[in-house]
Amino acid sequence: MSLQSYLVISIILFCLGIFCVLTRRNAISILMGIELILNSCNLNFAAFSRYVTPPDDISGQIIALFGIVLAAAEAAVFLAIILAIYREFSTISPDETDTLKG
Amino acid sequence: MEFNPQQLVFYLFALLTIGSAVIVVTIKNIVYAAFALMVTLFSVAGLYVFLQADFLAATQVIVYVGGILVLILFGVMMTSGSLDLKLKLERGQLFWGGIVSLILFGLLLSVITNTPQWENVDAGASQEPTTRKIGEMLMQQEYLLPFEIASILLLVAMIGAALISRKEVRDE
Repeated sequence: MSLQSYLVISIILFCLGIFCVLTRRNAISILMGIELILNSCNLNFAAFSRYVTPPDDISGQIIALFGIVLAAAEAAVFLAIILAIYREFSTISPDETDTLKG
Repeated sequence: MEFNPQQLVFYLFALLTIGSAVIVVTIKNIVYAAFALMVTLFSVAGLYVFLQADFLAATQVIVYVGGILVLILFGVMMTSGSLDLKLKLERGQLFWGGIVSLILFGLLLSVITNTPQWENVDAGASQEPTTRKIGEMLMQQEYLLPFEIASILLLVAMIGAALISRKEVRDE
């Protein structure tokens, strides 16, 4: 176990999340991709906090905690927007909700 | 190479994380994807334990698995009509998405392998639990202001979500 093994896990999660966001046609699947990306980012913070900064400095973990808080707020607002879109359009596919398209 | 049980468990968690994340990204049934996401979140919590971040691991399980995942499942149930909704994938989108994420992966991997400061770096781990320290840093030291801002953010997000998702009532 070294810093690099955690970083490799983290970038694999990140790229899978990007792939999910780019290819899925359902807004909730896109939310899952975003959660994967946020998790990879928090894992990075925790890994750097363990391996790079001195042992009594746990700022990285606190930043990761704030990341979790942000993810919770983001998921709540995201799902509220999805529900509003579903009531309006009866679908949550990002390709079909294109009223604003010129 | 001698047998090291700690390393074995670490690789198990790493494999579980990546494997279930692949399932999240590829499976057609969105409910199965949500449950695979649960496995991913649990094994990321396991990796936090390996990083001596016990409080973070507990928070991960409570907030992600207990909160966000339940929200996602509610969203699936309220928007799909039935639980066995199949996801459609488009071939061109798959191709370009795969290209972009593979390029990103190669780029980040080359950054990781070509940074000499990150090789064999180990600051040493403290053996004491982190909860007390996190509490002190959040409530007494430099992270008090971000903590308060985060609480305001959560309040704003809660009110905003309630406002957006309620039915519109016009009284005329």
